[in-house]
Amino acid sequence: MRFAPAVALGLLASAALAPCALAQGHEAVSGPKEPWSFNGPFGTFDRASMQRGFQVYKEVCSNCHSMKEMYYRNLSAIGLSEEQVKAIAASVTVPGGTDDSGQPVERPALPSDHFRSPFANDKAARAANGGALPPDQSLIVKARENGPDYVHALLNGYRDPPPGVKVSEGQYYNIYFPGNQLAMAPPLQDGAVTYADGTKATVDQMSRDVVQFLTWTSNPEMETRKRMGVKIVIFLAMMTGLTYAVKKKVWKDVH
Amino acid sequence: MAGLHKSEFENPVVNWIDTRMPIFTMMQKEYGSFPTPKNFNYFWNFGALAMISLAIMIATGVFLAMNYTAHTTLAFDSVERIMRDVNYGWLLRYVHANGASMFFIVVYIHIFRAMYYGSYKAPRELLFMLGVVIFLMMMATAFMGYVLPWGQMSYWGATVITNLFSAIPVVGESIVTWLWGGFSVDNPTLNRFYSLHYLMPFMITGVVFLHIVALHITGSNNPLGIDVKSPQDTLPFHPYYTAKDSIGICVYLLVFACIVFFAPNWLNHPDNSIPANPLVTPAHIVPEWYFLPFYAILRSVPNKLGGVILMFSSIAVLFFLPWLDTSPVRSSRFRPIYKQLILVMVASFLVLGYVGGKPPEGIYVVLGRVATAYWFLHFLVLLPILGKLEKPLPLPESISRPVVRRPPPGGGGGPLPQGATAKPMEKS
Repeated sequence: MRFAPAVALGLLASAALAPCALAQGHEAVSGPKEPWSFNGPFGTFDRASMQRGFQVYKEVCSNCHSMKEMYYRNLSAIGLSEEQVKAIAASVTVPGGTDDSGQPVERPALPSDHFRSPFANDKAARAANGGALPPDQSLIVKARENGPDYVHALLNGYRDPPPGVKVSEGQYYNIYFPGNQLAMAPPLQDGAVTYADGTKATVDQMSRDVVQFLTWTSNPEMETRKRMGVKIVIFLAMMTGLTYAVKKKVWKDVH
Repeated sequence: MAGLHKSEFENPVVNWIDTRMPIFTMMQKEYGSFPTPKNFNYFWNFGALAMISLAIMIATGVFLAMNYTAHTTLAFDSVERIMRDVNYGWLLRYVHANGASMFFIVVYIHIFRAMYYGSYKAPRELLFMLGVVIFLMMMATAFMGYVLPWGQMSYWGATVITNLFSAIPVVGESIVTWLWGGFSVDNPTLNRFYSLHYLMPFMITGVVFLHIVALHITGSNNPLGIDVKSPQDTLPFHPYYTAKDSIGICVYLLVFACIVFFAPNWLNHPDNSIPANPLVTPAHIVPEWYFLPFYAILRSVPNKLGGVILMFSSIAVLFFLPWLDTSPVRSSRFRPIYKQLILVMVASFLVLGYVGGKPPEGIYVVLGRVATAYWFLHFLVLLPILGKLEKPLPLPESISRPVVRRPPPGGGGGPLPQGATAKPMEKS
């Protein structure tokens, strides 16, 4: 019966090797792994980068992409002052209920308002984007496999299609997008925004900044969570040691 | 009038209550002085860990329910509100979501322990069967809980799994409509899943109680799989096993904390961060990781009804395990062949879990079928035969003296040498 462990190992090994047996077809390549500041148990967001990323979102992405889960008040967490948040909110108008005669009115947004969506509804968004719906970006990093790397790669992944590949009308070729064709035109060009802090606005720089911002909007609790986690893990490690010592003492007369 | 209980507690308040309702005496008997085999290894922690998991799930779940809205138009946003605006809402939700995974890890190890040490054998058959009932109820609860955030995987998972019932001939379609409360997974489905998701943990708690009642009648099994013969074989549950279980609980919480605080979305599917959309089907619909082995069994058969029957059978077979295994020896330690077959069984389970997360094509189909075949072969063919063929190793005389009685060279179970039978131990 020595063969039983061999059978068990064989089963496991064949499962591990299975992917090699599958022909890799027209799958999109996965993006390069980037050393993000927020990686790892002690990772934090880069405030300056997040603020630049918000600028990219505000000036570029938000023309098509909504961010429905976010409030303007949340922006204080990326290091903006109360006045700055108020000013940013007030720069857009949002539906403000009805006036005394029952007519719908608009008013400047307040910090307590959700981010304004670029389109009134999904149909309007599709109509303005050649039938494609720009996905809401509140959770975009969490909603993709290896979100930060994917978003960064996608924004840098536009290429001329290889010979023989026909790109459909209104579609663009991107090596990182599943299926390689997407309806979003390359959103970033060098110098698309002007950073107030003098950082050079290359496509790569802007994509890194916007990833910082989008990772935060997907996981606004991340820094609090990791800080708390470090304390709790240290506490539990000590608790484990202590409990082990107690158990040793309790059991010392047994056997 | 029935007699009052004669309480031995000295505290007057405790004594007063205990005289009228002897719960303190009961706790003392069942968790204080309860005689427990002295040779447990750390596999015996997992019952207590499962209990802790259940308590954590109920505690976090109750608070999540205070902030959740069970309506298709609001559910996703209400969960995001918990994550962003409710004080420590993210902690509650991540503990609850990953708590389900922890619960399943713990229960899978608990079941493995029962299988490895033959804890399901007489007289613990009912105890084991109650455990399988708990496992089934956990699966139902976890499945319905996963639907509540109303993400893409919630919606499509619910659609795929409820549709399984449509495989039942003649009445299948009607049953599915009845389950959904309509003609697709929609608001009535979400509402009833929420209601049942809140109800079932308390039903589980009830069955857990029965599981423990049964356990405290038969007493625990132990790594040697032999019966307790004398008080020297046991220790009072407290403080010995309260101390030992506490170590397990600390390590469990440590692992749990690492996942919750540093990789809370590791076991979650990215697609569930996209709101449910009945018009867009995800590229690959996969259930939560703890269902993958059974999902693989389901897909290993090209016929839908066949797959459904096979999947439910793969768990149903566990109810018959106490009688399928014909060997009188409990612990694998003394079953040289079974000890190896159970490794193959575990391997086939892991392979099924791996295959369940892959698209059903090419090599994965083959692997899934081989592993499924072994699962049934193991329980339905090998175990019944093995009990008759296998020659178990000699069992030790008792737990407190785990000396194996070796037959003298020459064969036969002759008398023991003098030294081996000498004086029983004074004190454990």
